[in-house]
Parts: sequence; C-alpha cells; structure tokens
Amino acid sequence: MNFTKLLTGAALVVGMATSAFADGHEKTKVGFVYVGPVGDGGWTYEHNKGRLMVEEQLGDAVETVFVESVPEGPDAERVMTQMALDGADLIFTTSFGYMDPTINVAQKFPNVKFEHATGYKRADNVSTYSARFYEGRAIQGHIAGKMTKSNIVGYIGSYPIPEVIRGINAAFIHARKVNPDVQFKIVWAYTWFDPAKEADAAKVLIEQGADVVLQHTDSTAPQAAAQEAGNVVTFGQASDMAQYGPFPRVSSIIDEWGPYYVARTQAVIDGTWESTDTWDGIGAGMVGIGEISDAVPADVKEEALAMKAAIADGSYHPFTGPLKKQDGSEFLAEGETADDGTLAGMNFYVEGIEGDIPQ
Amino acid sequence: MDLSAINPVLFVAGFLVAATPLIFAAVGELVVEKTGVLNLGVEGMMIIGAICGFSVAVETGSPLAGFAAAALGGAMLSLLFAFLTQVTLANQVASGLALTLFGLGFSALLGQSYVGIKPPRLGDIDFGPLADIPVIGPILFTHDIILYLGIALVAAVWAVLKFTRTGMILRAVGENHDAAHALGFKVKRIRTLAIMFGGACAGIGGAYISLIRVPQWTEGMTAGIGWIALALVVFASWKPWRLLLGAYLFGGITQLQLNLQGAGVAIPVEYLAMSPYLVTIVVLVILSRDKSAAPGSLGRIFHASS
Repeated sequence: MNFTKLLTGAALVVGMATSAFADGHEKTKVGFVYVGPVGDGGWTYEHNKGRLMVEEQLGDAVETVFVESVPEGPDAERVMTQMALDGADLIFTTSFGYMDPTINVAQKFPNVKFEHATGYKRADNVSTYSARFYEGRAIQGHIAGKMTKSNIVGYIGSYPIPEVIRGINAAFIHARKVNPDVQFKIVWAYTWFDPAKEADAAKVLIEQGADVVLQHTDSTAPQAAAQEAGNVVTFGQASDMAQYGPFPRVSSIIDEWGPYYVARTQAVIDGTWESTDTWDGIGAGMVGIGEISDAVPADVKEEALAMKAAIADGSYHPFTGPLKKQDGSEFLAEGETADDGTLAGMNFYVEGIEGDIPQ
Repeated sequence: MDLSAINPVLFVAGFLVAATPLIFAAVGELVVEKTGVLNLGVEGMMIIGAICGFSVAVETGSPLAGFAAAALGGAMLSLLFAFLTQVTLANQVASGLALTLFGLGFSALLGQSYVGIKPPRLGDIDFGPLADIPVIGPILFTHDIILYLGIALVAAVWAVLKFTRTGMILRAVGENHDAAHALGFKVKRIRTLAIMFGGACAGIGGAYISLIRVPQWTEGMTAGIGWIALALVVFASWKPWRLLLGAYLFGGITQLQLNLQGAGVAIPVEYLAMSPYLVTIVVLVILSRDKSAAPGSLGRIFHASS
C-alpha cells in the first residue's frame, strides 16, 4: 500500500510542480513529507493543519506541496529528492524515521532548507524541531493513575525510540505518584499508523485487564475499541479526537505546528532562516491539552490543570528527582531535573516499569 | 511474565475476527485467479468496500445494508479492471496496480465526511443455549453473521470448484483459455463474472474492517491486508481450505504476539512482530510440496483471434 500511495503522491508533486511557474512571480515553495495519510485524524492530520495555516497566513507568497504515507526508508529519500528537484525552498520532514534520509538529501541540496521533526541530527541547512509531548503525557499519566480501577494501564507503543520511551516514562512516573499500585502493560505495534493493528492491540490490552489505554500511534482506532468495550478510558493522541469525548476519550495531547511552520516559512521568505533546534512544550503553545471531560472527577481535573499551569510557567518539570532507572541505579537526585540531552536520548525505563525495551 | 493474563477463549475468538477480512479478500481472489486472471487490485477493492459499507451503514443505520453496498462497490470497481483487461486487453499487472491506486484515492475522497463517526453495530447471532457451552460456546457461537458467512463461502467455493460443472468451466478457462474457447465457452464473460465476484468478496472484507474489526473509517485503513490476501492465495496453492488455514494462522499469530507482549514474555518484540508472516509462509510452503501449480493461463491476455 505504501509503495502505491507513494506513486500517487509523487505523481501529485510532479503535477503541482509543473503548474508552479504559471503565474509569473516566483513563490516560496514549501514541501511537506508525511508518514501517514492526512486523514488519519492524528499526527499527520495536525501537520497538515499546520501546512494549511501557512497557506492561509502567507497567501500568495507561498506554495505548498505534500506527499502523504511515505514509508520511513529509501522511499523517503526519493520523495525528498524529488521535492528538492522540483524547486522546493523549504522541506518539512515530519517523522523520526526520516532523520537520516533528510540529512542525506540535505547534503545534496545545500541551497534547500530542511526541517526535521523529532530528530536530533542537524546540519547547516537542516533544523530540527519537536514538541515536549512528555509534558502532556505527564498530565495524562496523572489522570490515568487516578482513573484506573484495575490498576492496569495499557500502553500502545509505536517504535522503541527515545520520543516514545520518554512518553511512557513521563506517564508512568505520574501515574505511580498518585497510585502506587499502578502497572503498565506495554505493547509495541511497530507501526505509526495501522488502524486494524492498533484496534487489535487495544483489544488485547483490554482483555488483559487494562481499563485505561494510552497510545503513541496515530489513528483513532484504539478509541473506537475502547468505546466498544464500554468502560475503558483513552486519551486523544496528537489530535484532539474530540469525537470520542466525553468518554472514553477524557483528554488529549494536541500538536500545534501551525505557528512554527508559519514563522519558519516567513524566515525563508525574509532570508533570515538559520539552522536551529526547537523543542517547545505547553508553555510555548506547541503542545496543547484537549479539554478534560466531565468523565474525570472534578478534583482530578483540577489537579491536572494545576499541573498543566505549573509546567507551562516552568515551575514544575515532569522529570524531577528522586527517580531511579529500571535497574535500580540512580537517575535523578532529590530535586534534580533531567537535562535536555538525557531526555532526547532516553533509552531506559524508570523504576517500576516491567519488561525490556526492544533493542 | 504472566501468561495467565492471556485468556485463551478471548484470544481464539479474537483471531477468528482478525482473520475474516483476509478470508473474504483471499477467497475472492482465488476464484479470479482460478479463471486465469491476476488482479492485483485487491487492496483497492477492499478499501472501496470499506468506505461504501461504512457510509451506507451509517446513512441507513443497517450494517447488513452496508455489507451489501460494500459488495456492490467492490464489484463495480472491479468492473473497471474487467473493462481494462478483458475489453481493451491491457496488461493485468499494471491494471491491478492502477486499481489499487485509484481505490485508495477515491475512497479517501468518498470518506471525507465520515471521519470520526461511529457506525451502527452489527449484533452477534443469538445461538441461545449453545453460547453457554464452556470454552466452545464463547469461541464458536458469539460472532456476527458475516464471520460465519466467510467460512461458508470458503466451503462453497471449494465445493463449486471441485464438484460442479460451473467449477469445471471456471477451471478450464483458467488452465487453457484457448482450449476453453475452442470448446465454446465464453472466456471473457466467465472471467468478467469471476472478477466481479472477487471484487464483491474483497469489498465485504474491507467493510468487515471498517464496520466490525476497528470499527470506524480512516483513510488507508486496510493498511496492506489486500496484499497479504494476494500472497495467501499463492502460498495456499489455490486451495480454499488451505487458504482458510493460512488466514487463521496469520490472524492467530498476529493476535498471539500482541497477547504475549501484553503478558510481558521475554522474547524480543521484533521476532514476535515478524512471526505471523514467517510462520504462515513456512507452514504453507511445507504444505504446498504437492507441486500444485498455478492455473496455466494465469495473467495471460486472451483474445479470440490468437
């Protein structure tokens, strides 16, 4: 499927590219490479909303193109190369697995600016940007710990990369804080987007006793499975997923890419673009918390909102010691907070989580 | 590790559901290939079936109407393939790929206003006291009618191909279309009907994903199941019962690996993740040592003059 969708996408890019110069003046051309379909209702949907905001706010000055459902591998490199050849000035590559392809293509096109989401490799013409989703996951963990009655929280992981592990840890730490008996059951789906598989994973977790399911995959299938089960709590992932509220979806983490995309595109137009590393969270508005529904008890909702406010103004950091790693060794001392380097490369579970991270 | 967390009854009941879309899509394709036509558009027909079934079920409130619409949608889309390959004599491989591309795009277009809607639920059949039998009851007698229809369809396809005159004609057309033509059979008409049957089956398979297994509409939600169905037909050496076995094996191990992960089994997850593909292929390769070959005319263009 991916290959065929890629062909459609590539054909689309070529088609759009040929019409680009028809109206005389040269527009700044911005390309987007998406890992899922724009209609996934989650991750890619939000990136595409950001793209639409660029079109809306910068109007005639820009032209945007996108290719959806691009697999994270050699195909990604071909899509980026094609975009660069078609005259893109700025290319946003929006998935962790595009990191090396982005760097490779950027070397070949020094005059094209690249922006890679959630990666850590930069170059003179490659910026990185990501959002501090773990801040939102800490709040979800708090709600999850309070809401679970079976004390089993299911977690659907996509790939065992630092981003996802950080989210598991953040959610677990805060669930344990309010509920010392809580356990996490983690299932790796090895996909960002596969509704049938995500639904299966959610069903398996529910069958094994989970009454709260957290997900780090992009579709709304787990919400549908939870709704079917009737008494399972879920959270919107990447997008609000409000259609599943007020229950099972009781809150959500929302990605807000639009303002960043507009600012970076404007920088290219103005000629002020520089390679930067952006990592913003709730405070800067890059991570939003979807409305906490009335299915959550009022006091829990209040605590969650208080945590959100404390994270936003910087008075609370979700990774604050004392914390130990899974093997019992020291991670953070009393009152110490994790630095960004540790967070960015996080490859261990905190104490209390069972199971191993797939290596 | 806590294997007691896995409930074997729920596990088996779960994989019967997971295998059903695969069964429909694969058994339809099996009939198509038996008549000598290779339609690589299964994924496209499935996704069209998924959205046709979903939208009609939502609009009418009747899941069964949805499944009927899915069959119709899949069959209509397959007519496009039939036109390309049987009338204009286009290459079957290219036409099939084009059908998948078209189906994925067209379904995304049709489905724009159906994102995030909950479909009406198709209830399970009420078997009365049968469902109360320990173990067997919950596994065998707590499903919806479409699941049983899938198994019945495999049996029917097997019986028709093996015992009836219709089946013999279908096979003759697939083995040697020139000979079948010389005997007076309408090769193109038979193939077109088979293609439509395959499309209808794939459509139902797609709707089973959007209406029962997930259930919701999301773009691209078949996520490669159509391709697995295509592979399954080959590995099952064009035999219906083997195909059923392969589908259950694939569905079963997919579910099993998720269950094992949830139970914290210390096998590296990567091995678990690839196990459904590996085990299914290995078992079917072993089974297919009887040298059953593909239909003789598979993938070849037929023209009465040649």
